[in-house]
Amino acid sequence: MAGFKRKEGREMVEMNTSSLPDLIFTILFFFMMVTTMREVTLKVKFVVPQGTELTKLEKKSAVSFIYVGPPTDQLRAQMGSGTRIQLNDRYAEPREVMDFVAAERKGMVNEGDQVISIKADQHTHMGYITDIKEVLRKSWALKINYSASRRN
Amino acid sequence: MAKKKKKMPGLNTSSTADISFMLLIFFLVTTSMDTDMGLSRRLPNPPDPNQEDAQVDIKSRNIMYVRLNSEGQLWVKDEISSGYVDFNVLRQRAKDFIKNEQNISKWPEKHVKNIDHLGRCLVTDKHVISVQTARDTPYFAYFQVQNELVAAYNELRNEYAKEKFHREFEYLDDDIKNAIKLEYYPQHISEAEPKKYKGVE
Repeated sequence: MAGFKRKEGREMVEMNTSSLPDLIFTILFFFMMVTTMREVTLKVKFVVPQGTELTKLEKKSAVSFIYVGPPTDQLRAQMGSGTRIQLNDRYAEPREVMDFVAAERKGMVNEGDQVISIKADQHTHMGYITDIKEVLRKSWALKINYSASRRN
Repeated sequence: MAKKKKKMPGLNTSSTADISFMLLIFFLVTTSMDTDMGLSRRLPNPPDPNQEDAQVDIKSRNIMYVRLNSEGQLWVKDEISSGYVDFNVLRQRAKDFIKNEQNISKWPEKHVKNIDHLGRCLVTDKHVISVQTARDTPYFAYFQVQNELVAAYNELRNEYAKEKFHREFEYLDDDIKNAIKLEYYPQHISEAEPKKYKGVE
């Protein structure tokens, strides 16, 4: 009978791994491209409201964020628990939104595309939002977006 | 006698994979794939300081008031009824109001309009939905109202697209989409107090 006797002395062929770095580099470049580093540290905490008629924010470079909510737990001891508005890295008053909008607009290729995304805590009182909206209107930043998460 | 030229040893590249793996892992950790979602709105142009406050005369049949009090309760008023309502009936209320299918005299007036791509239509484009809030209205209540009103418009546009073109709104050509969006069912959500029309009704 024909045996299945293993031939002696046959060495296992090693896999050629010389293309492995290239492969990994490809994945790396993909992640480098899609990644967006969060450029601000959040000083307010917020849970955005939920909605159904949401649209995706496109053109990330044209979007500026305004955060509204109570200070984070670490900062609550100094800052209290009242609602705060955060622009870039610090707390601000509603009237400072105008300078913020102008500064953000400066770096933009197409100023008409500017979108202001309001990330506000769902329990914020409307007074703050109304104030911000009033200033945004005055500074001609008319495209706004109420940040929200999808319901169900 | 010249030494025989030594063969250049190849660079050991076995660690390149490890290095790139490390970079990869760094980017994997820092990357945030979450796409930002939100409800897009457009604010009205700022008031012109040179202009005397423009009289916006709107017949009362064309206005639907939506008010939110400081408790976040919803109050809706049009010519037919007024009172506190639940959030989940707002969408239907708004749809009925905007559409005014039976041309009821207490809901927005209809008039004939020639629209490109759509032809002669009866539209209610003079309607206004006025949203008013108090300073201490919770934001989520306001957001819910905005969401429901936008949903009402979207549903109406979709219904119209199905009725007229037998297709979902989003699959229509851009020209037709814009005609429906801007001419047939334009959004008129006002957040300022509109002046009441005091003349003939």
